[in-house]
Amino acid sequence: MNGAYRLPGKGRVDHERRLNFNFNGRRYEGLAGDTLASALLANGVVLVARSFKYHRPRGIMTAGAEEPNALVQLETGPWSEPNIRATQIELYSGLEARSVNAWPSVGFDIGALNGLFARLFVAGFYYKTFMRPKLLWERLYEPAIRRMAGMGKAPTTPDPEIYDKMHAHCDLLVVGGGPAGLAAALAGARSDARVFLVDEQNELGGSLLSRRAEIEGAPAMEWVAKAVEELEARANVTLLTRASAFGYYDHNYLGVVERRTDHIAPSRRPLIARQRLWHLRAKEVVLATGAIERPLVFADNDRPGIMLASAAQSYVNRYGLAPGKRAVVFTNNDGAYEAALDLLDAGVEVAAIVDPRSKPEGELAALARKRGIEVLASAAITATRGRKRIAAVEVMALEGDRVRGPRAWIGCDLLAMSGGWTPTVHLFCQAKGRLRYDATKACLVPDVIAQATHVTGAANGGFELAAVLGEGFAAGRAAASRAGFESPEAPPITATSYRESPLHPLWIVPSVKPLGRGHGKHFVDFQNDITAADILLAAREGYESVEHLKRYTTTGMGTDQGKLSNVNALAILSGTLGQSIPETGTTTFRAPYTPVSYGVLAGRDIGDLSDPIRITAIHEWHLERGAVFEDVGQWKRPWYFPRKNEDMAAALKRECKAVRESVGVLDASTLGKIDIQGPDAVEFLNRIYTNGWSTLTYGQSRYGMMCHEDGMVFDDGVTTRLGENRFLMTTTTGNAGPVLDWLESWLQTEWPELRVYCTSVTDQWVTVSIAGPKARKLLGELAPEIALDGESFPFMTFRQGKVAGVEARLFRVSFTGELSFEINVPSWHGLHVWEAVMATGEKHGITPYGTETMHVLRAEKGFVIVGQDTDGTVTPEDLGMGWIVSKKKDFLGRRSFARVDTARSDRKQLVGLLPDDPKEVLPEGTQLVGDANARSPMARSLMVGHVTSSYASAVLERSFALALVKGGRARIGETLYAPLVGKTVAARITEPVFFDPKNERRDG
Amino acid sequence: MLLIECPWCGPRDEVEFRCGGEAHIARPQDPDALDDAAWADYVFMRTNPKGWHRERWCHSQGCRRWFNVRRSTVSHEITAVYKMGEEPPEAEGSAQ
Amino acid sequence: MADAKRSPLAFMTSALAEAEVPDAVALRELSPRTQIDLRGEVADPAFAGTVESALRLTLPRTPNRVADAGGLLALWLGPDEWLLVGPEASDLEARLRSALSGQHVAITDVSANRTVLELGGPKAREILNKGCPLDLDPRVFGPGQCAQSILARAQLLLHQRDIEPTYHLYVRGSFAFYAASWLIDAMKEYRFAKRGGRRER
Ligand SMILES: [Zn+2]
Repeated sequence: MNGAYRLPGKGRVDHERRLNFNFNGRRYEGLAGDTLASALLANGVVLVARSFKYHRPRGIMTAGAEEPNALVQLETGPWSEPNIRATQIELYSGLEARSVNAWPSVGFDIGALNGLFARLFVAGFYYKTFMRPKLLWERLYEPAIRRMAGMGKAPTTPDPEIYDKMHAHCDLLVVGGGPAGLAAALAGARSDARVFLVDEQNELGGSLLSRRAEIEGAPAMEWVAKAVEELEARANVTLLTRASAFGYYDHNYLGVVERRTDHIAPSRRPLIARQRLWHLRAKEVVLATGAIERPLVFADNDRPGIMLASAAQSYVNRYGLAPGKRAVVFTNNDGAYEAALDLLDAGVEVAAIVDPRSKPEGELAALARKRGIEVLASAAITATRGRKRIAAVEVMALEGDRVRGPRAWIGCDLLAMSGGWTPTVHLFCQAKGRLRYDATKACLVPDVIAQATHVTGAANGGFELAAVLGEGFAAGRAAASRAGFESPEAPPITATSYRESPLHPLWIVPSVKPLGRGHGKHFVDFQNDITAADILLAAREGYESVEHLKRYTTTGMGTDQGKLSNVNALAILSGTLGQSIPETGTTTFRAPYTPVSYGVLAGRDIGDLSDPIRITAIHEWHLERGAVFEDVGQWKRPWYFPRKNEDMAAALKRECKAVRESVGVLDASTLGKIDIQGPDAVEFLNRIYTNGWSTLTYGQSRYGMMCHEDGMVFDDGVTTRLGENRFLMTTTTGNAGPVLDWLESWLQTEWPELRVYCTSVTDQWVTVSIAGPKARKLLGELAPEIALDGESFPFMTFRQGKVAGVEARLFRVSFTGELSFEINVPSWHGLHVWEAVMATGEKHGITPYGTETMHVLRAEKGFVIVGQDTDGTVTPEDLGMGWIVSKKKDFLGRRSFARVDTARSDRKQLVGLLPDDPKEVLPEGTQLVGDANARSPMARSLMVGHVTSSYASAVLERSFALALVKGGRARIGETLYAPLVGKTVAARITEPVFFDPKNERRDG
Repeated sequence: MLLIECPWCGPRDEVEFRCGGEAHIARPQDPDALDDAAWADYVFMRTNPKGWHRERWCHSQGCRRWFNVRRSTVSHEITAVYKMGEEPPEAEGSAQ
Repeated sequence: MADAKRSPLAFMTSALAEAEVPDAVALRELSPRTQIDLRGEVADPAFAGTVESALRLTLPRTPNRVADAGGLLALWLGPDEWLLVGPEASDLEARLRSALSGQHVAITDVSANRTVLELGGPKAREILNKGCPLDLDPRVFGPGQCAQSILARAQLLLHQRDIEPTYHLYVRGSFAFYAASWLIDAMKEYRFAKRGGRRER
């Protein structure tokens, strides 16, 4: 039965290129140029889905992005994608798809039994039925509903495709490649402006692809071909087809997804990015996004075989197939008469046109009558029949808002309907544009623009072709002109035009029985199965705001975002409340216009590229030595260096012992470094740091702490005076950027009088830090020209000289408590110096160590790490570091120390903790309580502090921790409790210095 | 995504900038002369208006200059960009 | 070989070379050069004039411009900041220091702070725009211009050298591995587009 409904030679499909595909396990044949939807219709497949709540049979209703029913699971395995609209899937050979809304099958469906329990599924049924008890919802209802409703399945294997992004700028961005958009693009192109034309289809032409209209006396597609040829020939024009503009953001910034290989079978796709996310910034935007036809809301308006009149027209003219053999057309406007004539010319029997208007007397109506089509005026369809495909419609006379008289059944297998047109204003509204209601056209049209936006064509409520072409051109010219480009005027264009009778809005088509009483359902939202009766009920229950209505009934909340349903729902609600549509207002339009895959949003920012990996010049060595890495911000830092068969605890014990007993080496290159120069540098440091800098002489280093104006610790580090007017500031690894921004903000905004320049040199230098009793001996062998003894090179000073043959800066600082030298060399010598240290240090037992050993050793000494032992709520005083706060000068944050809250004595203060059980290492972050019987989770009022750092110490041969405890310094000696899962750990509060409190080791 | 005109580099994407919050909040000359409430007002309190807002931005991925921007917090429209130390132009904006 | 300089991407030299797509794009890391960050008040003739006579180079005052004096470059970084780029082992820093002594300036050796990647070929612009929000259209950005921005998530100082286009990408050493990996990944598709390569199932 392949292609039984095909119209030989018709349409834009290639009748010579046959493509095999598979739908719901059956093989079919389609043509190149088909969508999956058109290929199915050509094979007479109309039943493609089951509805979400009632599991009613559903068919293909549209031919575009607005499709609510024909959602499929496309492809299998890693390529599988759920909820893709069959109307937008370009057919390729070997395509495989399944219905998503059909378990166990489309044809025989256990869920259709739901129809018997329809009363369950009234508006708000989720809220009313399932939300309580919660457990039942999670365990029973939700899985069952999801399976029956078939939301599609996410693939379980990684996506084999690649995706990318592209930034582009243009003077003129035209969205939509129909007649208005093409005209606008031509106007822009002829002005030399940089023009982008974006269209979601594979072919430009928009509505003209589906109509038999004429432009300048020739078929419209000939005009399109000429326009495209001209645009393609111009270097200032970029054409993007298969590209959906899905979001319109601030300052004319639009997101566009270009589908580059989706139309090719997965196995045959070239290895290029499958989809590309365009970040487009346009000076001017022309929206020529067209309009979407509205369904009519009548009883049982959802049977397979019922579709939009424009869709039927599209299937005949563009896809060369008859969507049925005997059609009835139901319309309240003249547009669908054109569809009726096209069906007729394609050999489809048109049984009748049912028109609620009393006098449909436009030119097209006259033409239809002349061609012998029966036009039933003042009539409405009041019921339909047919289970898996529509079989007949019931027609009655319409009088006002009632139907009466005899019921006539007309047999048909296709019902083409039209309730008028809704301009596609999604992007316009995302850009914050405002709408007004056009009562004549019965639709919402753009009113007030909010950005550099122009709206033209059907998107602006213009439905007459010749006028649309003229307006499109004018919009393009105006936009180009505002962007600073002149475009020549174009002569008027002639096109097919019909005198029309006005549309008659009919928001609910009445039936014999009142709404909701009879068997028939008047569907408004097909995807979410919302009926007119549901909206009436919601209004009765008090959901009178359109935003509430939307959420309560879920109207417009499906993957189609209510493209077909929103205006009907809005009008029905307005009618129920007895107010006008503008009084009711619309829901907010949000991006994306059509669904966007996560893959393309991520682009190539996945795997190793998901975030920058920053590495030091010594990284290769760490890798070779099997270092285990820790992420510190974006840096990869060696965490520890395990030897064969060594676990982390054993490695740490060995590394810690080595530093305390012989010598260890740490890659400290990640510390932030800022070169500060200028005659006012000392004054600047005095204002930034809490301590004083006036007495620091050339060659000396000093530890400094900086606070924000709220008095809380922001960063710390050692700063060294390199010259009369030159200092080198170090910052914590994570704060290098923020500190430089902070310094610049004060220099540039508050203190422009200070003559100081700051330059980041973080990446210029590699820092090799050697620490341990044998550090001096080792360095002596590497730097024989530099006097290293304690007198010549005292603690907290700086020297320059050659280390391993390389000009170096040496700093005598210590973060471990041991004798320590930090060797700084330009980063391209870093690996050489590190390797020299390792080679020379071998006989001294040199041990490379990582950040964890560094953390343990510094904690044994009670040295804090900003960001670990502080969290933005901790002052220097809280840390027991009042000594670093100068009383002699003003500095950032000082005044805050006198604030009542900052001066409280019961603030959390840094203390040490020794667990009673020396083997128990408390988890960092553990909350502490005073009550031995408290169990986790505890009341907040019981918590008196928390653990900030916690380790097992090799030198102490026991566990220890640092903690912030309320009024902690006055509680030294007390015991606190850490309620953990399954046990409570007791720990004694101590001084936060556990080792070498008199600093006897740092000079070696 | 905003398009911000750096006074030096010209229009650039928002990703290159860092917002520094409300502008024209001068650091008190003599913090000790302020009572706690006045000091807290300087440190913590911001106008957070719905509408026109003058704020500091830094072209942190570009020329590293701080400057002032007048932006509507409703429409995100930017009607003035001016250097540190300069006064904002008089007229507010065309729209809220 | 204590003096041998090891560039941040020394371990990726062959990977960069292999990423080349003939007639489309090529990528390499340039050998080290001297880079000096210079700060000073350009409106002060004592500063601008001294630099000019010492280096025979006029510091660009127009933002995002590059002055080129016989291979010595001055890239505009800010209204009071330039990056001077000269041959490896030049005495640039010493010359500036002695010429500008006594003035309030900042002269900072940043030779090892950033490495320079050269990305050139007909597809170079497109590849950059996959991760860089700058408008690189020839109407807006051309040879002799520079800009600081981002490449994907890394800081970037970009200098267009010629109309081919060839770009020099100044990237901080610690970010060089990321930036190069990102570029190689972004270049890949041109190779396959060229060969009409098919994926394997
Ligand atoms: Zn800038």
